[in-house]
Amino acid sequence: MDMKTAKKKLGLKEKYRLLTRDLGWEPTYQNKDEIYPYTKYEGIKIHDWDKWEDPFRLTMDSYWKYQAEKERKFYAIIDAHAQNNGHLHITDARYLSALKIFLQAISPGEYAAGKGFARMGREFPGVGTQVACQMQAIDEIRHAQTQIHALSNYNKFYNGFHGFADARDRMWYCSLPRSFFDDAMSAGPFEFMIAIGFSFEYVLTNLLFVPFMSGAAYNGDMATVTFGFSAQSDEARHMTLGLECIKFMLEQDPANLPIVQNWIDKWFWRGFRLLGVVGTMMDYMLPKRVMSWREAFEIYGIENGGALFKDLARYGIRPPKGWDDAGKALDHMSHQFMLALYQYNFGTTFHSWIPSEDDMAWLSKKYPTTFDKYYRPRWEHLKKLKEAGTPFHNMGLAKLCQTCQIPTVFTEPDDPTRLTQREVDYQGEKYHFCSEGCQHIFENEPEKYVEAWLPMPQLFQEPINGDLAAWMEWVSLVPGKDNGDFDGSEDQKNFDAWRDLAKSNQ
Amino acid sequence: MAVTSTKPYVGVPRDVVANFHGKQIVYVNWEQHLLFATPFMLVVEPGMRFADLLANVVKPLMQADPDAGAVDLTQVEWRKGKSAWQPDFAATLAENGIVHKEQLHFTTPGLNTLLAAA
Repeated sequence: MDMKTAKKKLGLKEKYRLLTRDLGWEPTYQNKDEIYPYTKYEGIKIHDWDKWEDPFRLTMDSYWKYQAEKERKFYAIIDAHAQNNGHLHITDARYLSALKIFLQAISPGEYAAGKGFARMGREFPGVGTQVACQMQAIDEIRHAQTQIHALSNYNKFYNGFHGFADARDRMWYCSLPRSFFDDAMSAGPFEFMIAIGFSFEYVLTNLLFVPFMSGAAYNGDMATVTFGFSAQSDEARHMTLGLECIKFMLEQDPANLPIVQNWIDKWFWRGFRLLGVVGTMMDYMLPKRVMSWREAFEIYGIENGGALFKDLARYGIRPPKGWDDAGKALDHMSHQFMLALYQYNFGTTFHSWIPSEDDMAWLSKKYPTTFDKYYRPRWEHLKKLKEAGTPFHNMGLAKLCQTCQIPTVFTEPDDPTRLTQREVDYQGEKYHFCSEGCQHIFENEPEKYVEAWLPMPQLFQEPINGDLAAWMEWVSLVPGKDNGDFDGSEDQKNFDAWRDLAKSNQ
Repeated sequence: MAVTSTKPYVGVPRDVVANFHGKQIVYVNWEQHLLFATPFMLVVEPGMRFADLLANVVKPLMQADPDAGAVDLTQVEWRKGKSAWQPDFAATLAENGIVHKEQLHFTTPGLNTLLAAA
């Protein structure tokens, strides 16, 4: 018979020590530099890894408990969404274009972040950092999974969702997020933390998960709201990890300051470019809108970001180099991006459209100094071309930026009538950029960016060799079904027909 | 610093002219005509006459803009890369010194229909 012994319950502090810090030990027969080969080459000096503060003191066992609970809630709602034909409860099928872009561009980014953090969990020598990175790695994989599961309910009924994993690597508008993550994952561990922990989580996540998820709620998309809420509760932890890492680097050695500042400059600009997609989704693709991209950026970018840089000023950090140019771009970028998506819509796996009168009235109100002056005339002209039966398709294809890899659609910060065009000769080759910011990033590390895989020039090289039909097949795109104008599309017709069935007895 | 790396690293450009089967990329931009979201990316033969590039490739692409009819491409102001430039219309792209991934710009002062509200 087993004897009953009084089990001493571990206190929180003790449990935390045993499940995290106690996992670290000093190697005796291996050189530490060989175990952690990537910690020194970026030039960051760390003298004492034990000084790392664990912002959340979260242990694996409590992590499993919280996350399992969230999963249960998440899948209950997703189940209900599927059983109650949630795909018919959205405001309008136009909204689905935003989801398709999200699934193609952002969800694979979550997965990439998962891979990146798994690597950081291995590469950082400090055990506090290792544990925090491992938990974030699991979070990111979970985000990718829940997003794919939630949106698979739409895939059963609508076009354009099916090839999202291919789209991420092959579609021109996805090369923006793909290159962002490829750049981060091929950087050293400290730069990765700035790229993802600071730029993606701090600058981007709030804008992605707060106003965009409110947009989903406004448009009746409970599946997206559900994964948004489930992910958002992790994001606060991720932001803190990124910030903690920045402070740790700055506190360890003054020589780290210029390196960190340079990364903040770089990754702020890369993050801002990535946000162009989100801005377009908010301003153009939500049939029912919560706030404009400008308003969202004022709250989550300027106010929150401004506070962050004030907080970091005591270490000598100044706001990123592209901060002012970003401010000047706010009134323009979503319009410029949507105009591009419209004219190249034959090469996308979602629908685009000319904004309705109602949409344009909203855009004029939200962008009083720019929309009517610069963008309405272009949309009105496109409308005329469409009505004349000659809708505009730009067969000139797009010039891409060598750094951020998207079409060079943006204008000079102080002159919205001129495209920003920058070029650099490097070792006998010409390279083009969409902005000063992207040009500086290239000039700091040209050897890295000359290798960029740019979708438009690649279309004319092996193995596609300019064959558009072969390209369509390669990107899993069914022309005329997955893409083109929303008016008259299968998505529009099916949604309207099914909605009618749902509210009638015929 | 060319790249931050653990050992010497040499980047290999992906878009060199040798990959284009005898063709090359030329970018053409019509200044202040932003109906076209970006400069046109054209993939053409370097032996093509510049006048033919304009008549057969560039002009058809410009048609969607209401100013297109009013433009005589032999009379516009040209820039090649960052500098002012006078093309030889009868000569080929190669003879005009238009290399792979060259950016050409042209300006048509006074024409800005789609910015008329400004």
